[in-house]
Amino acid sequence: MTRPTHEIEVEIRNPEGLHMRPAMQFVDLANTFNSDISVSHRDVTVDAKSIMQMTMLAATCGSRLRIHAVGADAGRAIEALQQLVENKFAGGSGAAVGEKKGS
Amino acid sequence: MKLADIVCLDAIVAQLASGERDKVIEELLLSLGKHKKTQGVDPKTLARAVIKRENEASTGIGKGVAVPHVKHEAITKPVAVVGCSQEGIDFSSLDKQPVYTVFLLLSPLSNPDKHLQAMETIFKNLQKDDFRRFLRQAQNRQEIIEAIRDADEDGN
Repeated sequence: MTRPTHEIEVEIRNPEGLHMRPAMQFVDLANTFNSDISVSHRDVTVDAKSIMQMTMLAATCGSRLRIHAVGADAGRAIEALQQLVENKFAGGSGAAVGEKKGS
Repeated sequence: MKLADIVCLDAIVAQLASGERDKVIEELLLSLGKHKKTQGVDPKTLARAVIKRENEASTGIGKGVAVPHVKHEAITKPVAVVGCSQEGIDFSSLDKQPVYTVFLLLSPLSNPDKHLQAMETIFKNLQKDDFRRFLRQAQNRQEIIEAIRDADEDGN
């Protein structure tokens, strides 16, 4: 039996890039799904559920990330993570304290 | 980028005097300041900024390490300082475990890419079980410097 697999490419568009706080939001969200989720940037692929690994990606503004999910809720996971990145990580916990939001 | 390019080796604190997060942050910045690496900014001002950032979201990412950091307008080049604690520090870590190794990083406000590259270098190495173990077992500054140099030579 093959498990559902979903994949999407997203672009990091917040000027600060995927620094620690957005990376944490991403990891927190990824952890709400049962699927195995990985993220690739250039030739590096990491576990989307590990903050240490996600911060290793050094995804600057303009970086393209490939999100890959395998599992029963893979489709929903990809959709939610895509939305988080496309909304430039707005609205999450601790977002934009004293920072200007991207226009 | 190599760890030795970012970390001020002279400022390493092998045995942190305090077990309290805020005092540890201040101790590390005073050590950086003593070696003229705070790039003209008062270490206590930086300490307040790092603590404020830390209060917004903990950088205690688990496995006994924390990476407190702040971006400051007067900082032109990322600089880090390492501190080790035998007793452990409460950093409100994600895994609720004490922190034994602290990598404190100062980055330029105007260059987020440089900050990300420095973070990448630090995390790439903290990922390694051996590196974390060597840092935790290190008894003095020299042993920490050796662990850093070994990690840099190891490349990945």
